[in-house]
Amino acid sequence: MLLSVRDLSTSFFTENGIIKAVEEVSYDLDEGETLGIVGESGCGKTVSALSIMRLIPFPPGKIVKGEVIFEGRDLLKLSEDEMCDIRGNQIAMIFQEPMTSLNPVLTIGYQVMEPLMLHKGMGRKAAQGDCIELLKDVQIPDAKARAGAYPHEFSGGMRQRAMIAMGLSCNPKLIIADEPTTALDVTIQAELLELMKDLTRGIGTALIIITHNLGVVARYADKVIVMYAGRIIEKALTMDIYRKPRHPYTIGLMESVPRLDQDIKQKLLSIEGQPPDLACLPSGCAFHPRCRYVTDKCSQVTPELREVSDNHEVACWIGD
Amino acid sequence: MNKDKLSIGQGPCLPEQRTRTHEVFRSLAKHRVAFAGILILLFLTAMAVFAPFLAPCDPNEQDLYHVLEGPTAQHLLGTDDVGRDLLSRVIYGSRATLMMGALSTLFSAVIGVLIGLVAGYKGGVVDMAIMRITDTFMCVPALVLMLVIVSALGPGMQSIVISITILSWTWFARIVRGQVMLVRELPYVEAAHALGASGLRIMFKHLLPNVMAPIIITATIALGGNIMLESAVSFLGLGVQQPTSSWGNELRIGYSYLEIVPLFSLAPGLMITLAVLAFNFMGDGLRDALDPRLRQNNTFMK
Repeated sequence: MLLSVRDLSTSFFTENGIIKAVEEVSYDLDEGETLGIVGESGCGKTVSALSIMRLIPFPPGKIVKGEVIFEGRDLLKLSEDEMCDIRGNQIAMIFQEPMTSLNPVLTIGYQVMEPLMLHKGMGRKAAQGDCIELLKDVQIPDAKARAGAYPHEFSGGMRQRAMIAMGLSCNPKLIIADEPTTALDVTIQAELLELMKDLTRGIGTALIIITHNLGVVARYADKVIVMYAGRIIEKALTMDIYRKPRHPYTIGLMESVPRLDQDIKQKLLSIEGQPPDLACLPSGCAFHPRCRYVTDKCSQVTPELREVSDNHEVACWIGD
Repeated sequence: MNKDKLSIGQGPCLPEQRTRTHEVFRSLAKHRVAFAGILILLFLTAMAVFAPFLAPCDPNEQDLYHVLEGPTAQHLLGTDDVGRDLLSRVIYGSRATLMMGALSTLFSAVIGVLIGLVAGYKGGVVDMAIMRITDTFMCVPALVLMLVIVSALGPGMQSIVISITILSWTWFARIVRGQVMLVRELPYVEAAHALGASGLRIMFKHLLPNVMAPIIITATIALGGNIMLESAVSFLGLGVQQPTSSWGNELRIGYSYLEIVPLFSLAPGLMITLAVLAFNFMGDGLRDALDPRLRQNNTFMK
C-alpha cells in the first residue's frame, strides 16, 4: 500500500460559517495504480488532493481529522520541513492551469531544475543536463534551446508538458494531477494524458487524476472515486462503475455523457438542480434534493459507504 | 477598435526580438522625457566618476587674492568665499551628493524589501505588526527626524546615509508588501509550495523577481527624493563638512553671497534640480516601460 487516506475531513472556517469541503474521505492506492477522482466543480476533489499535500491555506482552511498514511508515515503528523522534503520529491502535483502555474519571470529550464536542486542535491550543471533530458521526455522539441525560454513564450500545451516534466523530475512515488487537461484543447488533452500515462508507467509511479471528464477516467484510471458535496458517494473499479453504476448521481453523470452507441434521437439527460452550497448542506444524503429515487429516509440519515459487491462501495439507501 | 490598431502598430517587431528586457529598453528609448533623464544621469555619473580629469583645478586649492569673483577665463564659474574654483567644487560635489543618494537608497531598498517581503508573505499578525511600525516611521516629519539623528550622530556622510535609510525604507516596505500580497495568491506560488520549496525560497526565488519592477521604479524615484533630503540637511549645515564639497553644502555657503555672486548658489542649486528631475523622469519612463497597462495607454495617446 502506497497511500492510505483515512477519514480525511477538511473544513474552511469562514465568516459565513464552517464549510465542510471534504468529509470523511477514505481510499487506498497501490504502487503504480491510477485513481480517478470525479465530481462536479466544488465537490471537494481539489481540496482532498491539497489536503494530502498539506497545502490547505490556514486560515481559513484546516484539516480537522483523519490520517494520510504515505509509505507507513502519517503525513498529517509530519513537521513542515519534513513535508517540504516529500512535496515535489515523493509526491508531485500537476496543476490545472498551465497558464498560471508557471512563474512568469523564471525560465522553463530553471523551474524544471528547481526540484532536482532542492531534493536531489544536484548542482546547477548536473540539473541542467537532467532538465534537458526531462524536457525531451515530455516531447518538447529543441529542448536545449527551449529550456531558456520564459513561460509566455510557450503555448498552453507546451507549458503543461513543462509542468509534467517538473512533476516527474524527482521520480516521485505519487503524482496528483488536478484537472491536468481542462485548460487545453481536446486534441492536446489526449496526447498529454497518453504521455503522462506512459511516463508514469515507466517509473512505476502511482497517479491520482482529478477530473470531471468521465472519458479521461474510463481510459486511464484503474479505479474511480465519485465525490459529491465533499463526500465519497461511490468507489469502484473503473470497469465496474461504467458497467453498473450504483449511485443515482453516478448514473446521472453517465447519462449526461453522449455515447456513440445510443440512439440518435435519444435526448442527452442532465441532472436537475445545482450542487448544494457547502455551507448549508441538505440534511441526510446531500444529493437527495436532486435524486430521482428519493425516499423519506434519504432526507433524515446520511448513508455510509457500504460494499455492494467486490471492490464496489456505494453511499446510498437504495437497494437496502 | 483601438486595440486592433495597437496590435497592428506593434506588428513589425519580429517575435524573436521581443524579449522582455528588449521591450523595456525599446519603450524607454521611445519615452523622450525618460530618455533625457537617462542621458542627464549618465552625464552626472560620468562627472562624479571622472571628477579628477574633468575638474580644471584642485577643488581645495585656495586663491585668497581672487575670492567671490564672477566667471573668468581661469575660473569658468567664478570662485567661492575662499577663492576655490567653483566649477571644480561643483564637479567634485557630485561625488558626495550622488554617493550619499545612492548608498542611502541602496540600504533603504534592501531593508525595506526584506521587511515588505516578510510582511506580505507571512500576512496576519506579523503583517499587522510590521505595517504599524512602518506607519509610525512614516508619521514622523522627515526633516525633523533627520536633524535629530544627524545631530545625535554628528554631521557627516555616515550619519546622513543612516538617517535617510531610517526614513525611506518605509516606501519600499509598503510597495513590496502590497505587491507580494497580490502575487502570493497566484497559482504558481502554490505550485512552488507543491514542489517542496521552503518559505524562504519562495520569498526570494519566486516572489522577489516578480516584484522587481515596482522596486526598480521606487528606487529611481527614491534616489531623487533622497538627494533632495541630503541637500536639505546639508543646506542646514549638518551634511558633509568642509572642505569636502557637496551640492547642498555649496548651496548653503553660496546663499550668503547671493547678491554678490549669484552663480555661487545657483550652480549647485541647478545641479540638484537637474539630478532630482532626471531621476523622476527616469522613474516615470520606467513605470511606463515596466507596466504593460500604462504602456498601452501611452501608445494610444500618441
